[in-house]
Amino acid sequence: MTTEQRGAGAPEASVTGGAKPSQDDRDVIVDVQHVSMIFNIASERLNSLKEYFIKIMRHELMFKEFKALDDITFQVRRGDVFGLVGTNGSGKSTMLKIIAGVLEPSSGTCRVRGTIAPLIELGAGFDMELTARENIYLNGALLGYSRAFIDEHFDEIVDFAELRDFLDMPLKNYSSGMVARIAFSIATATKPDLLIVDETLSVGDYLFQKKCEERIQSLINDAHVTVMLVSHSTEQVERMCDRAVWIEKGKMRMLGDTDEVLRAYSSLGD
Amino acid sequence: MSTTTTAPDARRGGGSSSRQVVRSTLFILEQLVSKDFKLKYRRSVLGVLWSVLNPLLMMAVMTLVFSNMFKFPIENYPLYLILGTVLFQLMSDATNGAMGSIIASASLIKKVRVQKAVFPVEKALFALVNFALSLIAVAAVMVFFHVVPTFSMIALPLLLVYVLVFSIGIGLALSALSVFFRDVMHLWGVVMMAWNYLTPIFWPQDLAALAATVSNDGVMHALVTIEHFNPMYHYVIYFRDIMMYGTIPGLHMNLVCAAFAVITLAVGIVIFRKTQHKFILYI
Repeated sequence: MTTEQRGAGAPEASVTGGAKPSQDDRDVIVDVQHVSMIFNIASERLNSLKEYFIKIMRHELMFKEFKALDDITFQVRRGDVFGLVGTNGSGKSTMLKIIAGVLEPSSGTCRVRGTIAPLIELGAGFDMELTARENIYLNGALLGYSRAFIDEHFDEIVDFAELRDFLDMPLKNYSSGMVARIAFSIATATKPDLLIVDETLSVGDYLFQKKCEERIQSLINDAHVTVMLVSHSTEQVERMCDRAVWIEKGKMRMLGDTDEVLRAYSSLGD
Repeated sequence: MSTTTTAPDARRGGGSSSRQVVRSTLFILEQLVSKDFKLKYRRSVLGVLWSVLNPLLMMAVMTLVFSNMFKFPIENYPLYLILGTVLFQLMSDATNGAMGSIIASASLIKKVRVQKAVFPVEKALFALVNFALSLIAVAAVMVFFHVVPTFSMIALPLLLVYVLVFSIGIGLALSALSVFFRDVMHLWGVVMMAWNYLTPIFWPQDLAALAATVSNDGVMHALVTIEHFNPMYHYVIYFRDIMMYGTIPGLHMNLVCAAFAVITLAVGIVIFRKTQHKFILYI
């Protein structure tokens, strides 16, 4: 495993020593090789056939290329808790979408070994009119669980979310924190090879955040789950991650130990 | 240019045999249908009632209008009407529901790797629920006109398979196209209206009988040609044959109906598969 640095004239990003010795023989769970993602941004958004044809006729259909990710390479090994940091709009979410398999990179490859459990963004996959009970089955199905699996883990999911008394209440009456608890609880009912945590944790209160972190920690320790954590909060990354990558404006600025990466990252604002 | 994920659809441990993928896809379909059912019919007695009343009211209005305007020589005209409207409504509900399904599931598609085709397919299947309820209205009309159900009704499931496969084909294509061009949704309303008039819903399905009432030969000739290629023409005739005329259509008719369905489905699948990897950029 190499530590790479592709800084674009960034004085504070220096090549740091390998985070782990290269003879690391744990399985590679996420293997991102030279991934670039290019979006064609139309100068205006064309949602209608009429506009589209008018533009084509006038030869006004212009696209601007936008490189959301530029030659990103890193590997995450089994048992890693891997942080992804960067400012807003730097390409973190795009990277996660590629890893989750919902977005295809323009070039490069991204391989994920094993099963992925994404922590779904609040509301996605839930229907606010349905009760919590119904949503657990619906959401579980979408995450690829079988009915038997949900039946078996139902109590566990409910207990972890601490929502037994509200099971048959429509989700629209829940607070956003309660919804987040259910979402987290369902996503971590399984023992995936890779758990993707995308700022979902910041919603619940601090007690629940702590509980979530403990659950993640136990997944890491007992089930050897690999975790990718995306966050603005350097504090959370520092607390949980052992390795991190810093992506800035689509370019990889630094890869290595969390401490070093975060030190460089937080000096950005100075 | 590739994102490879081993075991993409079976996140719960173990390998991912294709059987497992099929099972988990079926489970998703089941959950989505049950979701739509609860959303539409729970806590609304009228929801069920409307699905029964709507075709009856439509029938009443159309009978009033058309039996005075045209005086087609059709026996049990209200029953003839309701059979046509109900079957056309099934196709219309299925395709309309499927059309917006990908856009409506945007938040999910952006986050989770799921078989995207489940969304349009589910909406098409869900249209069956409404159809089943409107059959109650059909039954009421049959009782009213003393039309005795015959053994030929056992062919109904076969017809429903044809119509649904056909609708899923259209739905897949529409759901994919509407991601890129939202105005497909408006356009489809117009297409449906034209299609509705071009299908023998209120006018005689027997084109020879129709010719007697139409004076213009050119129009008649064009209509006969169009009806040959109008799948709904065949499906509506099939439906009336088994429901009110007590005959089961022969092999030729079945082959024609099946061919329309299969070809449309194939086209729909091709369009959907060619475009689905780009959905995420547009939703």
